[in-house]
Amino acid sequence: MPEIRVTPLGAGQDVGRSCILVSIAGKNVMLDCGMHMGFNDDRRFPDFSYITQNGRLTDFLDCVIISHFHLDHCGALPYFSEMVGYDGPIYMTHPTQAICPILLEDYRKIAVDKKGEANFFTSQMIKDCMKKVVAVHLHQTVQVDDELEIKAYYAGHVLGAAMFQIKVGSESVVYTGDYNMTPDRHLGAAWIDKCRPNLLITESTYATTIRDSKRCRERDFLKKVHETVERGGKVLIPVFALGRAQELCILLETFWERMNLKVPIYFSTGLTEKANHYYKLFITWTNQKIRKTFVQRNMFEFKHIKAFDRAFADNPGPMVVFATPGMLHAGQSLQIFRKWAGNEKNMVIMPGYCVQGTVGHKILSGQRKLEMEGRQVLEVKMQVEYMSFSAHADAKGIMQLVGQAEPESVLLVHGEAKKMGFLRQKIEQELRVSCYMPANGETVTLPTSPSIPVGISLGLLKREMAQGLLPEAKKPRLLHGTLIMKDSNFRLVSSEQALKELGLAEHQLRFTCRVHLQDTRKEQEMALRVYSHLKSTLKDHCVQHLPDGSVTVESILIQAAAHSEDPGAKVLLVSWTYQDEELGSFLTALLKKGLPQTP
Amino acid sequence: MKLYCLSGHPTLPCNILKFKSTTIMLDCGLDMTSALNFLPLPLVQSPRLCNLPGWSLKDGNAFLDKELKECSGHVFVDSVPEFCLPETELIDLSTVDVILISNYHCMMALPYITEHTGFTGTVYATEPTVQIGRLLMEELVNFIERVPKAQSASLWKNKDIQRLLPSPLKDAVEVSTWRRCYTMQEVNSALSKIQLVGYSQKIELFGVVQVTPLSSGYALGSSNWIIQSHYEKVSYVSGSSLLTTHPQPMDQASLKNSDVLVLTGLTQIPTANPDGMVGEFCSNLALTIRNGGNVLVPCYPSGVIYDLLECLYQYIDSAGLSSVPFYFISPVANSSLEFSQIFAEWLCHNKQSKVYLPEPPFPHAELIQTNKLKHYPSIHGDFSNDFRQPCVVFTGHPSLRFGDVVHFMELWGKSSLNTVIFTEPDFSYLEALAPYQPLAMKCIYCPIDTRLNFIQVSKLLKEVQPLHVVCPEQYTQPPPAQSHRMDLMIDCQPPPMSYRRAEVLALPFKRRYEKIEIMPELADSLVPMEIKPGISLATVSAVLHTKDNKHVLQPPPRPAQPASGKKRKRMSDDVPDCKVLKPLLSGSIPVEQFVQSLEKHGFSDIKVEDTAKGHIVLLQEAETLIQIEEDSTHIICDNDEMLRVRLRDLVLKFLQKF
Repeated sequence: MPEIRVTPLGAGQDVGRSCILVSIAGKNVMLDCGMHMGFNDDRRFPDFSYITQNGRLTDFLDCVIISHFHLDHCGALPYFSEMVGYDGPIYMTHPTQAICPILLEDYRKIAVDKKGEANFFTSQMIKDCMKKVVAVHLHQTVQVDDELEIKAYYAGHVLGAAMFQIKVGSESVVYTGDYNMTPDRHLGAAWIDKCRPNLLITESTYATTIRDSKRCRERDFLKKVHETVERGGKVLIPVFALGRAQELCILLETFWERMNLKVPIYFSTGLTEKANHYYKLFITWTNQKIRKTFVQRNMFEFKHIKAFDRAFADNPGPMVVFATPGMLHAGQSLQIFRKWAGNEKNMVIMPGYCVQGTVGHKILSGQRKLEMEGRQVLEVKMQVEYMSFSAHADAKGIMQLVGQAEPESVLLVHGEAKKMGFLRQKIEQELRVSCYMPANGETVTLPTSPSIPVGISLGLLKREMAQGLLPEAKKPRLLHGTLIMKDSNFRLVSSEQALKELGLAEHQLRFTCRVHLQDTRKEQEMALRVYSHLKSTLKDHCVQHLPDGSVTVESILIQAAAHSEDPGAKVLLVSWTYQDEELGSFLTALLKKGLPQTP
Repeated sequence: MKLYCLSGHPTLPCNILKFKSTTIMLDCGLDMTSALNFLPLPLVQSPRLCNLPGWSLKDGNAFLDKELKECSGHVFVDSVPEFCLPETELIDLSTVDVILISNYHCMMALPYITEHTGFTGTVYATEPTVQIGRLLMEELVNFIERVPKAQSASLWKNKDIQRLLPSPLKDAVEVSTWRRCYTMQEVNSALSKIQLVGYSQKIELFGVVQVTPLSSGYALGSSNWIIQSHYEKVSYVSGSSLLTTHPQPMDQASLKNSDVLVLTGLTQIPTANPDGMVGEFCSNLALTIRNGGNVLVPCYPSGVIYDLLECLYQYIDSAGLSSVPFYFISPVANSSLEFSQIFAEWLCHNKQSKVYLPEPPFPHAELIQTNKLKHYPSIHGDFSNDFRQPCVVFTGHPSLRFGDVVHFMELWGKSSLNTVIFTEPDFSYLEALAPYQPLAMKCIYCPIDTRLNFIQVSKLLKEVQPLHVVCPEQYTQPPPAQSHRMDLMIDCQPPPMSYRRAEVLALPFKRRYEKIEIMPELADSLVPMEIKPGISLATVSAVLHTKDNKHVLQPPPRPAQPASGKKRKRMSDDVPDCKVLKPLLSGSIPVEQFVQSLEKHGFSDIKVEDTAKGHIVLLQEAETLIQIEEDSTHIICDNDEMLRVRLRDLVLKFLQKF
């Protein structure tokens, strides 16, 4: 029995370290290859030894697909391909291919240079890893090999984020990666056609949230920023360099312009300008409004937002600073946070999801005394605000996507177990689709029943279709043919053609039954009576009386003969081929009952 | 399957393919060479053009002198220029299901088709094709509309009058179908019917046909198309290039195994080498500037201009031209330059990797930044303040009949220091210059056409091996001006089928198979048997379901339980349906084994007689006779159904069913 098997190595009932193994029709595909921000030990990368104990990964995996450039989806890629060893193709979209190596390098620098980790992947490994990448266009059907094909759909979320359909024959799986069902200030909404996959693997970060309107959140955000700077406070917004940062920059930029504010806005690290450049060059991936107006005004050229210098953090007076990374787990955002945390006039706004174990997660869960490195305790007096600007679909969005794609089953990843459970129930009840939520290392097996495509000879098909159109065809009609299977080439042809093609002769099987009737009339007269009897009984059939005295019903031949022994009896010879068997045996039974007396 | 040919222009094709039950228009080219018969539309009133004498017939009859003007022995129509549309009468265009666009030059007739024929279908094109196509249309509309012309000439079109006119007006074809330019409103409406597609995207049409655009290497977003069902494949090759310029390289491999390959849009200048032409372009440009003259380059606002700017970027410093201003004047100049930088995914590998840095893929960004290249929407406004000579001006339209180029021709034409360099191959430069004669300015002809030449075509055809090639008739003979050049035509076996405007070709297709799906339950019930090594057979009896043009075979319904005799049925209900077919049989019956089998099943008193062709088995007790020959078996018995069925089953055991 064919089946689809799915095993999350990461992101199973968890957020972070996305990595999902899918086996479909004999093909093995790995979806995403992420790192976990909550861990600094072995657990930060997926356990690739699960895939194959001693074989080479390249032999086992047909391809790897990366959905977007966030590190929890691609952070383990150089480790996977260069240190564990994988030489097969890695698929991602063009923007992902462009931006991914920069974030990996950034990640490497923090890990190696700042934290002094040894045995981490090197810059050269990132380069070598990226050489294995094959870029895909949206909606392009990429033929990985003769049977396996993949296709990318727009996912919103971040620049270049894509959902992927993985298809072998008539079986398919869709993996959403992270996606957003509502357009935001810089990206469009995710979209997929009614592709009816066997399985939809969807993220479920906001499985239980139904978010209010985006406008309200934006107004809220601007109000909080504005109030803080008005009273002379500093606002820290930890972000990842690409994605939410650009959306919030556009938001603040237009607000500053409208309100004619002079308070400085800074964006940390040199990456920013570069990042904005990517948005300019990949503008076809942004939302319609930006695409339409980019010739007149490129939304990613900011007037009010300047580059941040480390020294600025100690400047007096209000300011707004976007700093990376977004979960306050390392780097510049954490440095600035430590400087400003003690002043209640200041504010930190967390615009996205924070993984467990990060400083961001701790302060959001209300912790106000943080233990830092070297047993230092940091007291947080500044205001802590959480605003969900993460571009993930909420429960409504997830249900909407499931409705769009119409999968046979749904599998949830990239979310917290409790929330997933709730969403699973909702999907099963409201959409009547079975839903799974495996933990890491747990395998879900779905039996499939793919239909088999064959070529039918046009002659046979047309013959059948023409008859199928006749009005009397109320009873289901049976199509008869012969399936010729040669290698993987399957053809359905008429039996005559099959015999001919194979150079075989037909073997004719014929029956002739003797029906004895007591009758003294002459043979000719006898035949005529048979003819009129059958003619009146079998209205739907072609009954003929031939010049040689025999009678035919369709292709069945009836002849009358004298009885060799009994002159008072006659013999009807009824002759038919195997193909007419039912009518033939019906006729003999009918004739056996005798002929009606002539009136 | 048929091909309706609506355009006679080999590089501006418009064909309709009837493929299975779909009607697919391939490209929508607009033949603009008709505009060459008209007087130029000057932006600033030109006394020279105004004072051209009216033309009169040989007998002095001057009734046409308002419509026709004479300039240096050539006669021009003094009216808003008109374009030659594709044939609209050959086939009802409202029945067209989809239009496939291959590149932005081949969609210029789109508004005429989608807005005025009852067309209700969808147009498919790539994003760069649509965006740049929109710019080309916008420019055209702008050029025509900003010079309103009260006069519209129609007398000359009268067949009886046209006969009396001098060439080339006398020989102009289909003049009655010539139309004025569309409006921006029509352009927007036409473009709104386009659905964007990406390379290698498979698009299903009505479940019968799949169409796929492939990179053709000629321009940003340019595509060839595959139109296929499961067993038939048509490749539509239009405007392809194997040269490495800025677009993504041509996808040749996917064209393999075509039944029919429709080949259009080859180079219009088969004897010119594009690289050599670019070199000539640069050196002539430099020479003119050094001598204190100006250079005028009539061009389209997108396409080759990107490559020319790139060459100049590398060339100007070494040629000492760094202080010479370059002007690009077009209502869409800015948009074109901006758009060129955002289609990273559609560019060649080199340019793509620049975007990854991230840097703009085209160096004209730097030319603009350093103020070497300036762009203006028209000669009015800022341009007149910045204008410095000597300079280089890129501007449209290449026909020299409308657009800012008309102004520069009038301005610079009188001085032999200036040069006009023709790079676009679509218009004959001599005809383009005719209404400006006499002309003192130098004219250089450097046509740059990167599309396939005949050597590349013959290599391509050898590579992809289509069963049949279909092409415009122009490609099946050498060009009229070079009739001895037998190498300037398509050479393939079998020879190509050629078409001309308003012709209908029956495509040589032998459709034999159609895809059908066997449901898994039915597949499980099949019993394959190996007939020959590697070949297995299974007889199939199934119910055929057809929905949305997809065919599915389902298991036959279980035989209904016989009604338990409660209802009396009419006799005719019991008559079996003779259309329920039994399988065919094959094989032969070995007599000895058959007899053994009969004995095993309780028949005795069996006699076997040899005949000429086989054997007769006699069952004396049962008064039954079985004739066995190589290819037939005949059972002759009394009317004993039980006996007959027993014998039948014994015979069938030795035979294979089909």
